[in-house]
Amino acid sequence: MTDLPRSQHIIASGLVAVVGVWVAYVSYTQEPAAAFLFPRIISTVFVVLALWTFGKALMGKSKVGAGLSRGAMINILPGLVVALIYIFWAAKALGFYTATTATFFILLSLYDPAPHSEMRSWIKRALITAGFLAVMYGLFAQLLNVFTPREIFF
Amino acid sequence: MEFLLYFGDVFTPFNFMLLLIGTIGGLILGATPGLSPTMAVALLIPFTFKLEPAQGLILLGAAYTSTVAGGAVSAILLKIPGAPANIATTLDGHTMAQKGEGARALQLSFLASAVGGVFGVLLLIFLTPVLAQWALAFGPSHLFWLAILGVTVIGSLDGSSVVKGLLSGCIGLWLATIGFDDIMGAQRFIFHPSVSGGINVIPALIGLFAIPQVITMFAKGRARLDAEVLSVERHPISKAFGEVFSRTRALSIGTITGSVIGLIPGVGGQIAGLVAYDQSKKMSPERAKFGTGHPEGVIAAESANNAMVGPSLVPLLTLSIPGSPTAAVLLGGLLIHGIFPGSDLFDNHPQVAWTFINSMLVGQILMCIFGLYVAGLAARVAQVPNAVMAAVVLSLAVFGSYSVQNSMGDVYIMAALGTGMYFLERFGFSAAPLVLGLILGPIAEANFIQGSMIANATSSVGQYFFTGLLNLTLIAIVVASIVYSVWMELRHRRYVTKEDAVAKEEALS
Repeated sequence: MTDLPRSQHIIASGLVAVVGVWVAYVSYTQEPAAAFLFPRIISTVFVVLALWTFGKALMGKSKVGAGLSRGAMINILPGLVVALIYIFWAAKALGFYTATTATFFILLSLYDPAPHSEMRSWIKRALITAGFLAVMYGLFAQLLNVFTPREIFF
Repeated sequence: MEFLLYFGDVFTPFNFMLLLIGTIGGLILGATPGLSPTMAVALLIPFTFKLEPAQGLILLGAAYTSTVAGGAVSAILLKIPGAPANIATTLDGHTMAQKGEGARALQLSFLASAVGGVFGVLLLIFLTPVLAQWALAFGPSHLFWLAILGVTVIGSLDGSSVVKGLLSGCIGLWLATIGFDDIMGAQRFIFHPSVSGGINVIPALIGLFAIPQVITMFAKGRARLDAEVLSVERHPISKAFGEVFSRTRALSIGTITGSVIGLIPGVGGQIAGLVAYDQSKKMSPERAKFGTGHPEGVIAAESANNAMVGPSLVPLLTLSIPGSPTAAVLLGGLLIHGIFPGSDLFDNHPQVAWTFINSMLVGQILMCIFGLYVAGLAARVAQVPNAVMAAVVLSLAVFGSYSVQNSMGDVYIMAALGTGMYFLERFGFSAAPLVLGLILGPIAEANFIQGSMIANATSSVGQYFFTGLLNLTLIAIVVASIVYSVWMELRHRRYVTKEDAVAKEEALS
């Protein structure tokens, strides 16, 4: 518990510092200079604060932020992977409603505490998914007239 | 008394229906742990695109008001605060419910919320036009410092680390510069085609507030919600009415504390409720009863967190500076309809401004009436499994951000910012200053450029931005907020070990 957040703090604040340095580098090297005047001011403060935070993390003095426990990471991973596949691929490739149906059902199956061995819980999940999709279709396609990418089925 | 001229607009059938939907929906959303008022309002924005500006704001305002109050339901019946603003309510509210006084606690909570809320909105009504006229005296340098003030105050006061809060604000300010520069047309930081048009505020807000909640629900795994809904026995409303007004000390402490705290940018309902509870306890001759199911605890906490709602909109409606994350989301809702807060709002769109503010006043009463009726239903909704809530919020976030411009790029931005924010939050960074940076960044930059041009033509940049009473006052507030927060952090650190801090954060998360 003690080492895990420290190394995580170093990685997290290191990444923020890398972004800060990149922002400062771009701000001070790109032209026209007038367009980058405001970003230069921000990036200077950004870099100073980011390096300060990184330095504190390196010295093990980061107090704020509990980091992520191994258990939480294991819990998050499947849901996050499903969500990212849904957003970055399935929504466009399969169509919004088809992808949302699949994602909704998969997430329920992954995280619903009801036992997987019972047929009743699977029927319940399917019914909740169908009900929710009907509401989403009614709201976005019928009420708000949002035209979403449609590939398979609808 | 201009607001009275537009009072009738709240009661047109469609506007009133929206007010009812926002109020009842907000009460149910507010009772659901994990759905914060800010996230609820952010997710509702896409539903306002087809509405008139005043109608959209009625819906968002009603949701804001009632989600804060609705959080008391789960705080009292489940011992899980629906929103951070309801933490103090749990202390006595749940104990009352355990003693079989759940109905009484709910009635006191909604009545106190309504009293505090009405007072807060009245403050908004009478302060806003005066300050909006005063804001006309603000030039580019003052508006620049005001925007910086908005980011630094929230950055330094919100969260446990001043440096990380200010760093979050810097990240937000940088994100606001992505895209094409307004004056030269130069490309800035366009590292992916999705950000070529800049970062649209609405998908960013949805991502920053909704996606971290979704991942937090994932982090809980397949855990079952063990909280038991305590049964509620009947309690005459007339008795509760009499009790609220007989405990004037707790009610007035809560109302005044909430209103004052609401006016300070960056200090949210969570603090309002806790400060009012603490003050009420200190000033009560029955202080030993606090924490054991004392009605004054519920009255003080709930009147404070709803009294905060109206005043938290004063800086937004007068100076375009959102004082809280939810106000920032409301600003996004205004900008979508091409309406800019400040004197322009009251001079050119008085119907929008006053109908919105009046609807918040009426909304407080409706929230009180319906809160008592939907409390049971809301408590049941609060028990919806995490899996369902996560999937619902994720889908709404995707559809909502896509519908802003029918663009997948917005969905990618929403997902990237939201996922990044979750991990940043785990390391002490905060969404509120980042959001304010994102929203106030363009205001700060536009006024900085304009001010620089004026300065180059008249005096030096240093003289233009760093002299004058108003400039110096604003700079002093910026510095004071940072120094005060650093001092508080150092003082706190002296008494808290690293292990304690980590344990406290884990318990809170």
